[in-house]
Amino acid sequence: MHDLPARFTRVTKNYGPVEALRGLDLTLGRGELVALLGANGAGKTTAVRALLGLAKPTSGEVRVFGADPRDASSRTRLGAVLQIARVPETLRVREHIDMFSSYYPNPMPMHEVIEAAGLQGLERRKYGELSGGQQKRVLFALGICGNPELLVLDEPTVGLDVESRRALWKQIRAFVARGKSVLLTTHYLAEAESLANRVVVIHRGVVIKEGTPAQIKGEAATLEDAFIDLLEAS
Amino acid sequence: MRTYLLETKYEFLKALRMPQYSLPTMLFPVVFYVFFGVIFGGAKSAKDVTVAQYMLATYGAFGVIGASLFGFGVSVAIERGQGWLEVKRTTPMPIAAYFVAKLAMAMAFSAIIVLLLFTVGTMFGDVTLTIVQGAVLFATLVAGSITFCALGLALGFLLGPNSAVPIVNLIYLPMSVLSGLWVPIWLMPKPLQELAYWLPAYHFSQLALHVTGGSRGESIAMHVLAMLGTAIVFAAIAYAGYRRDEGKLYG
Repeated sequence: MHDLPARFTRVTKNYGPVEALRGLDLTLGRGELVALLGANGAGKTTAVRALLGLAKPTSGEVRVFGADPRDASSRTRLGAVLQIARVPETLRVREHIDMFSSYYPNPMPMHEVIEAAGLQGLERRKYGELSGGQQKRVLFALGICGNPELLVLDEPTVGLDVESRRALWKQIRAFVARGKSVLLTTHYLAEAESLANRVVVIHRGVVIKEGTPAQIKGEAATLEDAFIDLLEAS
Repeated sequence: MRTYLLETKYEFLKALRMPQYSLPTMLFPVVFYVFFGVIFGGAKSAKDVTVAQYMLATYGAFGVIGASLFGFGVSVAIERGQGWLEVKRTTPMPIAAYFVAKLAMAMAFSAIIVLLLFTVGTMFGDVTLTIVQGAVLFATLVAGSITFCALGLALGFLLGPNSAVPIVNLIYLPMSVLSGLWVPIWLMPKPLQELAYWLPAYHFSQLALHVTGGSRGESIAMHVLAMLGTAIVFAAIAYAGYRRDEGKLYG
């Protein structure tokens, strides 16, 4: 229990008058892929930032493997793919990976990272020359290159075409198959349904429902219908 | 250690491959120097030295300041504003590596610019420096980069990613002119000469001119103190900016 990959205990986070999180409780076990679902403004990104040590909870506690996410030792076990405006464009794919790998004590070998992120043949390309889907795969590569036990993906497939999205799903599944944990935020319900062992629906900063995709879906025809019903009910 | 080296190497490559950074920072001082120092300067002398030798010091200072302000200031403003710094902060990278690498990169660019100017000056201009003078001038110019990196870093934490380039230019160019980097300081109106004492670029160029000849003969200690003081003040402002960012993110 103590060293769960991720644990939120009654976490609140206020930005001025805005209550982004209002008592979030959430755990993530080993080998689990949890999808955090919520409308825009539900608190998904704030939860991710708190988990990565980028935002300090106003109250409550966030733990990564039982420790403060801001500790360097916690960060060596964490990988992240954030929504980011721009990445330095003049470095090549392998140079970016080489640099990030050097931050970690036991990085994955370069060829494994390239393969796991589906970047074969693109190693020498500059980031700025890649397509949107390829760029996302580079960010994924940077997230996994340190051989983390917990990977946090903040809307990793937003803006990707179907093919690129499917390719990234495959890579995320392969990562979990190695016994690692993933916390994924998304607002593509099909993505949650396809990837997650467990879905956690948050609304206005608290969990309103959690369970397997099938449990969440319940009687509704699709996960999307169930999601809409939930939001309307709360 | 490996992180620091790699970070520096890639910081350098990243900047070198950005023509909007590497071309103007390297070419402007060299082109200006060729034009004003070598072609028009000819064998004329300014005070007790040739124009080419005088301007080797002042355009050297100009080049170093540009490499430092843009390499450090603008790149921090952009990477910070676009979330790249934040991505790095989710990793175990020691934050110092990020800044040390940028400082090393700016100093490397400064060194390249100064060497280019040396080459042009000694091959085509009337520059006569002993090896020791050359080495001292080189060391003075490259070390001066630290002060302007501190200024750049402070700007990097105060400016947004879009406003950084124009605002840094608005500081860089007037400061260079008013410090006598383009037109010798003694040719400026008296009030402007007084104003120059408040500009770090003035003290920087006077230090370099102490080596080449043509300085106004003021106290070296005063110039060094001004450079150090500027570095400390702006490093403190940068640190406050960093803490403010941290508070915003982590408050």
